Amino acid sequence: MKLTLNGRKISLDVAPDTPLLWVLRDTLGLAGTKFGCGQALCGACTVHLDGAAIRSCTTPVSAVEGRRVTTIEGLSKHGEHPVQVAWQQADVPQCGYCQSGQIMSASALLAANPHPTDAEIEAAMSGNICRCGTYNQIRQAIQAAAKIIRKEA
Amino acid sequence: MSVIVNQSRRGFLKTSALAGGGLIVGFILPGAARFAAAATQSFSLNAYLRIGSDDSVTVLCGLSEMGQGVHTAIPMLIAEELDADWSRVRVLQADTDPAFRNPLFGMQVTGGSTAIRGHWEPMRKAGATARAMLVSAAAETWKVDPATCRTEKGAVVHASGKRLSYGKLAEKAGKQPVPQTVTLKDPGKFRILGTSAKRLDTKVKVTGKAQFGLDVRLPGMLTAVIAHSPVIGGKVASFNADKAKGVPGVRQVLSIPSGVAVLADGYWSASQGREALEIKWDEGANATLSSASIRADFAAAADKPGLVARKDGDLATARPAKRIEATYEAPYLAHSCMEPMNCTAWFKGDELEIWASTQAPGLNQIVLSQVAGVPPEKIKVNTQYLGGGFGRRFAQDFAVDATILSKTAGVPVKLVYSREDDTRAMFYRPAALCKFSGGLDDAGRPVLFSARTVTASISQAAHLPIKDGIDGFAVEGISQMPYSIANVAVEWVQQETPVGVWFWRSVGHSQNIYFVESFIDELAVLAGRDPYEFRRTHLDKAPRYKQVLELAAEKASWGKPLPAGHFHGIAVGESFGSYTAEVAEVSVASDGKVRVHRVVCAVDCGMTVNPDIIRRQMESAIMYGLTAALHGKISIKDGRIEQGNFDQYPILRMNEAPKVEVHIVASREAPGGVGEPGLPPLAPALVNAIFAATGKRLRKLPIDPGELQRS
Repeated sequence: MKLTLNGRKISLDVAPDTPLLWVLRDTLGLAGTKFGCGQALCGACTVHLDGAAIRSCTTPVSAVEGRRVTTIEGLSKHGEHPVQVAWQQADVPQCGYCQSGQIMSASALLAANPHPTDAEIEAAMSGNICRCGTYNQIRQAIQAAAKIIRKEA
Repeated sequence: MSVIVNQSRRGFLKTSALAGGGLIVGFILPGAARFAAAATQSFSLNAYLRIGSDDSVTVLCGLSEMGQGVHTAIPMLIAEELDADWSRVRVLQADTDPAFRNPLFGMQVTGGSTAIRGHWEPMRKAGATARAMLVSAAAETWKVDPATCRTEKGAVVHASGKRLSYGKLAEKAGKQPVPQTVTLKDPGKFRILGTSAKRLDTKVKVTGKAQFGLDVRLPGMLTAVIAHSPVIGGKVASFNADKAKGVPGVRQVLSIPSGVAVLADGYWSASQGREALEIKWDEGANATLSSASIRADFAAAADKPGLVARKDGDLATARPAKRIEATYEAPYLAHSCMEPMNCTAWFKGDELEIWASTQAPGLNQIVLSQVAGVPPEKIKVNTQYLGGGFGRRFAQDFAVDATILSKTAGVPVKLVYSREDDTRAMFYRPAALCKFSGGLDDAGRPVLFSARTVTASISQAAHLPIKDGIDGFAVEGISQMPYSIANVAVEWVQQETPVGVWFWRSVGHSQNIYFVESFIDELAVLAGRDPYEFRRTHLDKAPRYKQVLELAAEKASWGKPLPAGHFHGIAVGESFGSYTAEVAEVSVASDGKVRVHRVVCAVDCGMTVNPDIIRRQMESAIMYGLTAALHGKISIKDGRIEQGNFDQYPILRMNEAPKVEVHIVASREAPGGVGEPGLPPLAPALVNAIFAATGKRLRKLPIDPGELQRS
């Protein structure tokens, strides 16, 4: 099967019911997307499918055939996506394990809505658990990233 | 100012010139070769730092980074005394080596909020020693008296204005004799310590490049999952692996002491293989164990006398005018690190190498030595970034089983726990039940405080020595009850169950300060006093408690009007050498749902390394404590743990996260811990606020909204 991963067209020979998460991590060696729960409960495995945030741990790879998948590795070359910039300015991560997923959820939100209210941020981000409890920093960094995006626009 | 004498401990501040290439490697650590091979020459002045010819300073940190910021704080300690240019400082995880033993444990481990307490002086000394050698190298170059040289931001400067950067001096500095004594800076002169320097691990954590244990891949490696007995302590009676072996990608099925392991090309195949296993379990003696039966045993145990952990005055002569009794309960709790437990092991016959998110590489070596049958020094532990620790990664279960599997399978094996495996792995904050009796004299002053807590011994579970029969972890936070009360008794009844117990963020303080600070609130109510004023009055002999209490109350505007329906609760505690007070602002809806709007925290953790990291650690511990208070409960039915994934063991999410404000007391006291002390006052502050809101005293966690419903 074929798909576009981080801007490149690739072909895969894997069992179609394999979750996208394990194709990324085990088959392709892209370990930035994390395993947290396996049931779409924690958001650590969040990637973009045609620009929208999805949980790759419960998405069979067959469901992304012919479509566009972006992982944290493909979000920017060196961490210069506005969300990553804002994250760095605010030193958001602690242990950092959930942060790929947080960043992918936040960047999908801002791509669709560059003026999110606090309630919209909560709605978009409450599927992502952070056990270090960096929620307030995430909230602030999303607003800061929104400002960067609006300036760039 | 303090003068430190260098001891000639192995690996500490020892330099030696090596022939060849002019490169000086002061202390040969495994991994030193990769520096020698780099394009920029790098010079080791001691085990803890290298200076590059490009002026970079690389700090080797032997402590594990699990979010607490140690990979920034340790470099700050070194950089301060080195007078380094902070913008040129970077950090690397050090290998397992005696040079990196945690002075407070005597082995290389990270936990107990000891990183700064244990390394405050040794790491500054390492920086100061290297600085002295750089000065001596510059003086030799310039043929001047070292006393006429000073250092600033990565360079030695002579009185004449001549200047050489550390990068230019590093090679020569490595050949200087190690000074016998070094003088550490007066804290008033700190330039880096006490500032909110940016974390050194942020960039890799926002680009997905940070390598956690679970991200390790080795050539020829198999991924393993283990089917464990669903009943606590059960064993495999028999199993059939035919169907499992038919799953594409499954390579081996092995029976090991902890269960049946499926080894496959990747995690998905391994877990599909596990699904296909047919196992008959011998459920053993615990098949009827339940939370109800455990609770009944605890309640019965609370009627028996325990071991005396503290005794002041005489309860019998206290003769209070008013008296109350209350029993509090706290449940078993899982750590739920975001990164499930895992370990990659490669048994190579006469040596073992592991890659793990571990808090205890030093302990891994000792324990795995017995498992692998090779000496500890033949075990290389590659510590990765930890996706959360909270005490859980002190445990050896994942490393032991990965080692057994690699040894048996003959290939490198990455053992992975599913979320359900992780939740059910039998490492829980102990459940506890505490029975209080308290009394006031006719002026409303507390004259009697007795507590009998029933709980299991973590020390026993961890094979640690127990002093005078009393496990300090069981009573910490109760025995140190800080209020001026003449007659005090604290007892511990040890109550063991088949349920595994372990260190959990803030350990015994996590439940004990909830117990004590809720009961003190009850005494304040009995006395008809404001809970803050009551505490303040009776903390007259505990100034550091009193100071944080006052600061938290002031910053939260205690006693001032709040938005309609909002109420305050307050609590204070000490743990790991730091003092914390928290005020929770709470509302309770008519359906009993509790909303925490804001938490104000005051902390006195002595001298500070990095205030931003301290504030974040307090906030992190508050969120962790709030998760536990609102949702945390591991329960047992038919000998099985009832919770598995995050739907059954919920973690606080953004929509429940309160605003948090942290205020740090300016202090010259010795540094205290910061990873854990933010946690203990949260639950009592919350429960005390709920009492203020509803008049209901919640003596059992987690909070049950059903108890707070108003019809």
